[in-house]
Amino acid sequence: MSTLANPIPSTAGAAAVSRNSGKRHYGTHIFLTVMAVMWLIPLGWSLYTALRPKADTDKYGYFSFGGSFSFDNFIQAWTQGGFSKYLLNSLLITAPAVLLTLFFASMMAFAVSRVNWKFNITLLIMFTAGNLLPPQVLAAPLFEMFKHLSLPYSFSDSGNLLNTYISVIAVDTAFQIGFCTFVLSNYMKALSSDLTEAALVDGAGIWRQYWNIILPLCRPALAALGTLEVIFIYNDFFWPLLFIQSGDRLPITTAINNLQGQFLSNYNLIAAGAMITLIPTLIIYLALQRQFVAGLTLGSSKG
Amino acid sequence: MSTTAEKPAAPDSEPGAAGRTTAGRGRPGAGRRPGKARKVRRLTRRDKLVLAVMVGLPTLIQLLLVWLPTLFSIALSFTRWNGLDLKDIKPAGTDNYRFVVQDYPPFWPAMQHNILWLAFLALIATPLGLLLAVLLDQKIRGSKIYQSIFFTPVMLSLALIGVIWQLFYNRDSGLLNYLLGTAGTPRAVDWFGDSNVNIWAAMVAATWRHAGYVMLLYLAGLKGVDPTLREAASIDGANAVQTFFRVVFPAMRPVNIVIVVITIIESLRAFDIVYIINRGTNGLELISALVIQNLVGEGQVIGVGSALAVILLVISLIPIVFYLIRTFGKESKA
Repeated sequence: MSTLANPIPSTAGAAAVSRNSGKRHYGTHIFLTVMAVMWLIPLGWSLYTALRPKADTDKYGYFSFGGSFSFDNFIQAWTQGGFSKYLLNSLLITAPAVLLTLFFASMMAFAVSRVNWKFNITLLIMFTAGNLLPPQVLAAPLFEMFKHLSLPYSFSDSGNLLNTYISVIAVDTAFQIGFCTFVLSNYMKALSSDLTEAALVDGAGIWRQYWNIILPLCRPALAALGTLEVIFIYNDFFWPLLFIQSGDRLPITTAINNLQGQFLSNYNLIAAGAMITLIPTLIIYLALQRQFVAGLTLGSSKG
Repeated sequence: MSTTAEKPAAPDSEPGAAGRTTAGRGRPGAGRRPGKARKVRRLTRRDKLVLAVMVGLPTLIQLLLVWLPTLFSIALSFTRWNGLDLKDIKPAGTDNYRFVVQDYPPFWPAMQHNILWLAFLALIATPLGLLLAVLLDQKIRGSKIYQSIFFTPVMLSLALIGVIWQLFYNRDSGLLNYLLGTAGTPRAVDWFGDSNVNIWAAMVAATWRHAGYVMLLYLAGLKGVDPTLREAASIDGANAVQTFFRVVFPAMRPVNIVIVVITIIESLRAFDIVYIINRGTNGLELISALVIQNLVGEGQVIGVGSALAVILLVISLIPIVFYLIRTFGKESKA
């Protein structure tokens, strides 16, 4: 799995590439620069709008250079707009969902890739297919199942699973297990079986083979998948939209659905809210870009 | 690039022994050292119990929260129900499907929009991503910077992309109308509000993300192409375009398949962006959005929503089955 080691092509294929390096590529640069500028405009515009006070844009118009810049819109969205709360909700959903997904998927992947068992392929197909379904296909039954599952009010104030973080965590986990199992099982199959055989001779049981031998070797794949899943689940819009009714429990990605109503055409505040939503992904991207890119290409390295 | 290449060929290859083949494959000794292979298969009772839990828990979660609901969706599509009391579920035969196809005005526009969405991603967004990948795969200055820029939207949710483009497209305050010089005039277009243009505006916003994703996958794919193939082609006198279309592109077959599947599935899953804009109404109807419109709100018509969900399911199964056959069919034949 060399994509993991070197996700972005840089120096490889030197022979083929060095022939081209003498050329100037003016046309290519012009095209790429134009595209890159076009690519950045929507984000740049949001940031520019977010940094300007509403009074200034009202006075000079949105398309203008006058007035001052400040983080006031960000502060207002954070404190009065409830974005601090939404971000905490996102954390409360994303962290357990990612950990559970990786835990269950790695167990499943270990079982189907390292142990000889009759239904390996059947199970793997079932897991992979499940991940590819459009979520809307399952929406009605899941909603009704959660609604009709009575729970004590001390556990959930809705008396059922609706409006709880657990519902979102459970469904996110179930949905993402398929993809992670597929990727991890491919990764584990590529590991030499001498590793576990040696452990077997020493009398190590299945759990020790999984936990002490295979899992540590899968660290690069787990890091890549973990980063990817954090972004996937943080970006999930649909399940909280379906299951969570109280606005103050929404994670940030779903909460931006209410921005328009909440901020009443105050585009500066809406832009600031959008930028706040973007910050966690940006931090993860800058810190773990390698892992994220590797995770995205992992799934496609086989096909 | 591919894990397939690293694996030794499976000793027994008849499709019937599919499950056994995969497990045997990771084990290099399977053919050479039969004694050792037999030892591996022997599991203690405790090991079997541990394995049963390791397989059973994820499988139970998957069955309970993915496949059981899928079956329920199919079952509910043949009933009439308002979602309140389980006792009120009444059989309805194929009435829901007949209603959806004949008497439900947004259904056919939604089908058209889904097809248009697929065509737009397949004919514009995907080739654009491929073009960017090919250009950036050359050794040009600042390649990494360009890559980072094109890749940025891939990290964003489609919901957030809807909000960001709303700010850009807005009739009175959006940048686009200022750039076109129509802002503040009667000719100013409300790009997300006008039902004649909003589907195109939404597809452009979706392209912003999809092209970056395709670029990333093809960059990895291009790196996996054996450089000697290109050299051989250029020695044979092929120019750059011929080399690409006749040698490099066919050599990326595994990535091409993944991209075909991703493009189809993304176009069926498109939901967040239209829901953020106007809940999938007024020119932005998509099947996925119609499913939800029938499930939430006051007039809950679970049967109709489920019929729409089943239609979406049947269409989705085409690329899913194609992908599974490509991926796992090869596995058992190897």
